[in-house]
Amino acid sequence: MFGEPIARLEDDRLLRGNGAYLDDLGHDALAAAFVRSPHAHARVLGIDVAGALDVDGLVAIYTYEDLPGRLAEPLPLLIPHPALTHGRTGYPLASDEVNYVGEPVVMVIAEDRYLAEDAAERIMVDYEPLPAVVGVDAARAAVHLVHPDVPGNVAGHLVQSNGDAAAAIAAAPRTLDLDLYIERSASTPLEGRGVLARWDTESRRLRIWASTQTSTGVRAAVAAKLELALADVDVITPDVGGGFGVKIVHPWPEEVLVPWAARLLGRPVKFTEDRIEHFVASAHERGQRHQVRVGFDDDGRVLGLDVRFWHDNGAYIPYGLIVPIITSTQLLGPYKPGAYRVEFSSLYTNTAIVTPYRGAGRPQGAFVMERTMDAIAAALGLDRTVVRERNFIRPQEMPYDHGLIFQDGRPLIYDSGDYPAALAKLKAMVGWDGFEAERAAARDHGRRLGIGLACYVEGTGVGPYEGAHVVVETSGKVKVATGLTTQGQGHQTVFAQIVADELGVPIGDIEVVTGDTRAFGYAVGTFASRAAVMSGSAVALAARAARAKAIRVAAAALEASPDDLEISGGIVQIKGDPESGIAIGTVAVLSNPLRYAFDEAAQAATQFAGGDIGKPPVADGDEPGIEGREFFSPLRSTFASGMHAVVVETDRLTAEIRIVRYCVVHDCGTLINPRIVEGQIHGGVAQGVAGALYERMAYDETGQLQNASFMDFLMPYVSEVPAGIEIDHLETPSPLNPLGIKGAGEAGVIPGAAVFAAAIEDAEGIPITSMPISPSDLFELRSSHRGDRAV
Amino acid sequence: MASASDQSGMTQSSPGLFDISLIVNGALQTVRVPARRLLSDCLRHDLLLTGTHVGCEHGVCGACTVLVDGVAVRSCLMLAVTADGARITTVEGLAEPDGSLSAVQQAFADCHGLQCGFCTPGFLITITAGLAENPDPSLDEAREIIGGSLCRCTGYQNIVKAVLRAAELKRLAEQ
Repeated sequence: MFGEPIARLEDDRLLRGNGAYLDDLGHDALAAAFVRSPHAHARVLGIDVAGALDVDGLVAIYTYEDLPGRLAEPLPLLIPHPALTHGRTGYPLASDEVNYVGEPVVMVIAEDRYLAEDAAERIMVDYEPLPAVVGVDAARAAVHLVHPDVPGNVAGHLVQSNGDAAAAIAAAPRTLDLDLYIERSASTPLEGRGVLARWDTESRRLRIWASTQTSTGVRAAVAAKLELALADVDVITPDVGGGFGVKIVHPWPEEVLVPWAARLLGRPVKFTEDRIEHFVASAHERGQRHQVRVGFDDDGRVLGLDVRFWHDNGAYIPYGLIVPIITSTQLLGPYKPGAYRVEFSSLYTNTAIVTPYRGAGRPQGAFVMERTMDAIAAALGLDRTVVRERNFIRPQEMPYDHGLIFQDGRPLIYDSGDYPAALAKLKAMVGWDGFEAERAAARDHGRRLGIGLACYVEGTGVGPYEGAHVVVETSGKVKVATGLTTQGQGHQTVFAQIVADELGVPIGDIEVVTGDTRAFGYAVGTFASRAAVMSGSAVALAARAARAKAIRVAAAALEASPDDLEISGGIVQIKGDPESGIAIGTVAVLSNPLRYAFDEAAQAATQFAGGDIGKPPVADGDEPGIEGREFFSPLRSTFASGMHAVVVETDRLTAEIRIVRYCVVHDCGTLINPRIVEGQIHGGVAQGVAGALYERMAYDETGQLQNASFMDFLMPYVSEVPAGIEIDHLETPSPLNPLGIKGAGEAGVIPGAAVFAAAIEDAEGIPITSMPISPSDLFELRSSHRGDRAV
Repeated sequence: MASASDQSGMTQSSPGLFDISLIVNGALQTVRVPARRLLSDCLRHDLLLTGTHVGCEHGVCGACTVLVDGVAVRSCLMLAVTADGARITTVEGLAEPDGSLSAVQQAFADCHGLQCGFCTPGFLITITAGLAENPDPSLDEAREIIGGSLCRCTGYQNIVKAVLRAAELKRLAEQ
């Protein structure tokens, strides 16, 4: 089954409307609603709940003053780093200051959401507005501070280098400077955040359902905040309506407050985020300004590269410096500059927090590096692919050590990849060498075409580990559990494909559970394109262990050598002899010595049914059952890569930007299911188009988000995405895991801003240095460029 | 308690609450709702038909689309009381009487037309209505049919294929 584009096993349920997303659960639950700050920056002077007290159906109102113990402390700083010198996180409910519009101030619990909102709107909060810091430039200027005890608004500052970039640039025959900017966007899953909690008053245990990318993370965080034993908290991730990064953040204020209230009230409580809340009170990403200084030779080889950038991390920084660290390391892409220095500052602003959104700092990095490559090509009058080719790391240089530290705290060492081969594929697919003729032909018809390409390398499958459990039931059904969560990636299908091959059972007999701490309690989460690499590998190892056990038990029963046995179609048999076999479910029965028979088959395993009376029923070091439980913990991340090319047409009058062709070459190592990988690429490309041409977070200078709705935030419909996305795969297997896999989830979005900037620049002959770009932006650019030239 | 009845026959059973009747997926349902109850919430939380999803509550994403008297309607923009007496089809009512998937549902499975599945019910309903109107859409018309619904996972590529595949399956079934 491995490598086959089979249809997904999860679809039937979802197509019938039988999915179970967070708000589909807990019909008996009370509803939580939140009074949120209308100010980007203010002191909270007082809260008057009197007007809400007579609202029908009101159950409880909580403010900061009600929070006990550790719940009254700031939320955790999830990923500390030595360079994060001024890490600040918010409280579950604001104490005396609010730092972004949407920050929760009061929690209201009522019989349903309508009534909870009735009460919430009657609660009066008295604020003293403070000056808001909005945007990278205001944060850098630091005329006002977000947090009074954080000088310069700087949360963290990091420098990394490999070689002496300043000297290399000084000595280089040619140099260029670029100022490159990318605005904010956001994950924007169709389902927002949500949490449901039940406190079982009899067993005194907490059960939580969360729309999250990490059930084990939520479990640990809530247990710590509520001072409960981990063993007394279950977290179940139901169907999740998309994540794209935003749901890896945990615990959200609501994720600790709702379980706390459920326990306090002894009744289930649910919070379902609405769309406006998701816009203002979840998380965004991408806002960065970059300054590049590059030195190169007359052939276009980069001798020295110096990048400084400023990252807008929003009001708080619970997820640490991960995004800018990824930009600072992954911007190198497939290239090997002679020397490299990067320096960034992560800055507070009075806006929604910034945490990874699909791509996680890489789209900015690719934008910076690819714009630089294009600028070098333009400066030298060279073909853009030639400059790239001359700077590529060669396949024979793998593993390639960049001399930097990656986001996982480990050396940035590429494990594998073949960038020249990928470029050759892309050039052939898009017809790069024949494009000038195409452009000329279009020009003759009054059409203006441009072509761009962009490359990226993506560290995927970051550690520390994932694990999996495979158990063969006596029915012959196989239950597979892994701890990380699923948000539409088709894990039930791809993990079942792996188990079907490793264990030799029909795929229809395999059931996969993800993201349920009751089924598997050790896990990290689904982010960084890591699920297939990490859990896929763990599942393979666990299935291999179960297979070895099944073979061993069957060998004893068949009085055969384990080496002579195979498992095929769920039957353990002498190789090539189906008649000899016993069903794997029967082997499971035999593996578990019984005192009590529960059915006819089980009678074969009872203590009077035979066996060697000279040995214990369960041998030393053995255990009952056909099971495997294994963990996968790789030395380092594995590095996927790819290249995109786009042909655009820009309207001469309206500056409308139309996508003519979109081509992708993608290398995620061995493919488990090409259909699912292509689906991931499609979705990524659409988000790349979104970030390049449409989506931005339009904060005004007071920190009000002006486009906090689907009417105003231009998430692409089908009319905005390419009518076809041409895809070619390159498979360079990773040597770092048993299946040769590299991650595929984020790749499609990474080169989006870079590739569109390149194509529009090519069409227009105007430098494109800021993304996204709308028709209005392009129209303005044309005007100002004409003005520049006239001067 | 006194009850008032309006022209539609809907009764106001107690202040602010109305008894309404809906024929949902062929079955008569009566439910008591406040005047402000959205049809989407009534379907999901009163009738426990949670296949209809709510993605924006301002009528832009299309996830909550249901058929009301055969017409695709955004159930987050309609009050339950205004649907009194209507025939409503939700995603739970799309499968054939024998339990097999409808052509549109089957096409989504065949074409990998869904990932997280959250927007899917709205697309299924929208396409069902679209193909009833235009059983043989061109590629452009297929894109037009789904042009008002948002999906964040698929980039729409395989949803467009599913529209064309569903039309094909329907034609094959009719032959």
